[in-house]
Amino acid sequence: MLSRSRPGKGVLEQALLLLVVVVLLQGSVLPLGAVSSPDISHQDRKDEHAVAIHSHNITKKPFPVLSVDYQNIQTPFEIALWVLLASLMKLGFHLIPRLSSIVPESCLLIVVGLLVGGFIRLAGEQVPPVLDSRLFFLCLLPPIILDAGYFLPIRPFMENVGTILMFAVVGTLWNAFFIGGLLYAVCQIQPSELNQLELLHCLLFGSIISAVDPVAVLAVFEEIHINELLHILVFGESLLNDAVTVVLYHLFEEFSGAGEVTVLDGFLGIISFLVVALGGVLVGAIYGILAAFTSRFTSHTRVIEPLFVFLYSYMAYLSSEMFHLSGIMALISCGAVMRPYVEANISHKSHTTIKYFLKMWSSVSETLIFIFLGVATVDGPHAWNWTFVTVTVILCLVARVIGVVGLTFVINKFRIVKLTTKDQFIVAYGGLRGAIAFSLCFLLKKEHFPKRELFLTAIITVIFFTVFVQGMTIKPLVELLAVKKKQEAKRSINEEIHTQFLDHLLTGIEDICGHYGHHHWKDKLNRFNKKYVKKCLIAGERSKEPQLIAFYHKMEMKQAIELVESGGGSKLPSANPSTISMQNIQPKKSAAAKPAERALPQLSKGREEEIRKILRGNLQRTRQRLRSYNRHTLVADPYEDGLNNLLLKKQKVIELEKKIKQMNTYLTVPAAPPDSPTMCRARLASGRDTDFKPAQQQKEDIMCPDPQAYSVKSTSDDLPTIQVDLASPQSPDSVHLLDEFKKGEQKRQKEEEDQGLVMKAPTGVGDSDGSRDQQKLQRCLSDPGPKAEEEEEEDEPFLP
Amino acid sequence: MGTTQTRSENKYDDLVTKTGFSPEQIKNLHKRFQQLSENEETISKEHLHSIPALANNPIKKQIIDAFFDKRNQHQDEVGSFQEIGFEQFLMVLSHFRPPTLKMSEEDKARIRKEKLRFLFNMHDTDNDGTITLAEYRKVVEELLSKSGTMGIEAAKAIADAAMLGVASTNVPHMKPDEFYEGITFEHFEQILKGLEMETRMHIRFMDVNTTTMRCGKSTS
Repeated sequence: MLSRSRPGKGVLEQALLLLVVVVLLQGSVLPLGAVSSPDISHQDRKDEHAVAIHSHNITKKPFPVLSVDYQNIQTPFEIALWVLLASLMKLGFHLIPRLSSIVPESCLLIVVGLLVGGFIRLAGEQVPPVLDSRLFFLCLLPPIILDAGYFLPIRPFMENVGTILMFAVVGTLWNAFFIGGLLYAVCQIQPSELNQLELLHCLLFGSIISAVDPVAVLAVFEEIHINELLHILVFGESLLNDAVTVVLYHLFEEFSGAGEVTVLDGFLGIISFLVVALGGVLVGAIYGILAAFTSRFTSHTRVIEPLFVFLYSYMAYLSSEMFHLSGIMALISCGAVMRPYVEANISHKSHTTIKYFLKMWSSVSETLIFIFLGVATVDGPHAWNWTFVTVTVILCLVARVIGVVGLTFVINKFRIVKLTTKDQFIVAYGGLRGAIAFSLCFLLKKEHFPKRELFLTAIITVIFFTVFVQGMTIKPLVELLAVKKKQEAKRSINEEIHTQFLDHLLTGIEDICGHYGHHHWKDKLNRFNKKYVKKCLIAGERSKEPQLIAFYHKMEMKQAIELVESGGGSKLPSANPSTISMQNIQPKKSAAAKPAERALPQLSKGREEEIRKILRGNLQRTRQRLRSYNRHTLVADPYEDGLNNLLLKKQKVIELEKKIKQMNTYLTVPAAPPDSPTMCRARLASGRDTDFKPAQQQKEDIMCPDPQAYSVKSTSDDLPTIQVDLASPQSPDSVHLLDEFKKGEQKRQKEEEDQGLVMKAPTGVGDSDGSRDQQKLQRCLSDPGPKAEEEEEEDEPFLP
Repeated sequence: MGTTQTRSENKYDDLVTKTGFSPEQIKNLHKRFQQLSENEETISKEHLHSIPALANNPIKKQIIDAFFDKRNQHQDEVGSFQEIGFEQFLMVLSHFRPPTLKMSEEDKARIRKEKLRFLFNMHDTDNDGTITLAEYRKVVEELLSKSGTMGIEAAKAIADAAMLGVASTNVPHMKPDEFYEGITFEHFEQILKGLEMETRMHIRFMDVNTTTMRCGKSTS
């Protein structure tokens, strides 16, 4: 039935969308147009008001039941309208089936911007100057960079940092001087107005246009999924060349006023570059450490944790912009420095919040930037000059190719994994320009730079060329050249173990050979980090947690989430459908002996509390529906699916449990205060089958005979109790985890009935029920969204 | 002077072909060897244990054992030495040479196999051709050995989980009563193929005389 209605549905959707778009455009054109005539309307209003007062003296005006006051809400309304437009466009593109696979989103958005600008022009209104440089640099750019910096894959970045720096610094310098110089030469030859173009202006123009733009690169590269090395090379270059751009820009801007450039100025320029770059990084690092330190104390105010991350990062950006340091580098270093510590401190919900907010903001920003670029193209004062523009475009391409090839030749002498010709091609082809260049040019003052419009036109042309031509063709080219794609597989525990093993092994070999290579220093830094820094910046016990264990917990957590999400094991989650469970790998023991011990990590009480929160949050119970909501209590998300499955499974488990004869003291369990009274009450109150009991209870039961206590345990291996099945749940095993969830949940339920749905601070008192499984789920589960996330960044050592 | 020079050069030539190091690298390593052995002909485990920088390494014992393991000498012998000479020292270190620029796919595969074999030998202490659960547990325990009590208990669980991962990847469908003996070399290769050992498992060996120049990295 669904397939039948789908074609019709698709057409209907498209028609609806088109209608919405048209209506919205109409709606937006008029208010946007109204911007241009604020003075007139304001004047009208004043007159009206005067008239009103005057008439009031004469006659009493009837009370206005419905009045329109647009001025009041104008600015926020327009902003909201623009954002809404951007989002609807984004939505629309993905509804149209084949479009997004052929044309990258950035191109489509620029076209939309052009259309909107065109509409406004046609409507006779003046196009608003939307791509205001301040707006761009202070509001639109930071979210994108923060998103990139916070999720920057540190290990590949650090491994290739030499290459990236070479491309960013030397490459950009080469581009700037080559383009600027040759343009000047060409302009001198031309017998036209171009003759008046000064050398310094040309160099300034060259420096503006030579920088690869992170926004454009991100937008295009995200869709082509090339391998990690190339991605980090181009992307890293686009981030780090900001320092160079800032220095060159300010340098040439200063000197275009002054006129003469001396050697001293050149020297100062180099020093300035170091200050800008290192200063930016330092400012970012300081704010990052502050953020990490703050997050140490947020265990009682989880709600505002994400806010700290955003605020500190933004402050880092603004502070470095204040000193004319490189704001982009500050943001990157802030995000990268704070991340390992903050993630160890904050709750899982906050982590998800940060991730989603960053993605959302950066996505909206990016969309807006491209739309505004289109609008500004329609608006901007243009001065077209065939020679200048075409020469610029050609020079950009040529300079990029020569730069990349030349630098790779030098770099390959120092690299272990050499860059092949294919790699070089992609790096050169991926040098996209974008809105940063445009905004920098926009900032130029007309008095100092008479050729400003010419520059703007040329920059826009280059941007269009790179985004449209290069952006659209890079995907088929990648396919054609068979460039290695991104490895989708997640890191397994085996790989993690061996990565660590390898690190230690290589450090040891270096020590034996007596030479202090980079493994040695990395190891030293890691040890310093573990010994001093982590203790300061990470709260509680997690500061001592070795990285392998952290990784393991995270992995378990993810699997548990997947399990719960898949409706309690009713369908097998993705990757590895295998029928293997623990019993296959444990060495066979005699039937009388207990099944192999599983020592699980000792978890703190705080974690047990979190686990209970998970259970509470993720199982569906009618009684757990929202009773009250206020901002100060976090309410568990009732889990919509799977209630029926749970009930079915429960039945099954009851039957299985009935077959059990013996009790088994299972694990090394911390002595917990006896829970029996509460459990009893829970069982009685719930009136349920009292067949379940957590591991602790059993042990307790030996000591305190509880009439209600039910000894439930398994000797036979295929019995569902607390078995870790990490490969994937099969039906017996999947019941275990459910089993445990239900047990813990039952207890919680009782306590909640007493207290309403209030989140307890993790006290840990009397809270040690719940099986070992639950204890593994270390963070509060939250709703991770409909799609299983693949881009989880794992914990890494400080310097991986 | 002349005769000793040619003799040592011949000796080095032999080693050059066997291990693939360049003569300068061998000379540097020989100096280091003599430093470690206190100018004797062979070194024993105690000499290596006394290197101060190794004290913090959690897998120090495994690394030192690997030097004395006969399996790493490419000669199909088993067991371990009590003391090793310079040639054996070099043979072990040759596993850590960086990859050369012009390497065909077969070369890469061969080198990767060699390096993985080295790792496998480090784990498979009883040389039965498989890494059993107990051996794997030991590996993880050693890795976490510097992390206190939390480490020791977690090690078991992690090793179990890892073993499960290996089994699921390689033998996905096992009946409940079958038993997975241990990780064979093929399975080991399979689970680590994502790590690209041929490019990761190497250190840079000094190419120039360390007494005259500080930095010099091998490029081949």
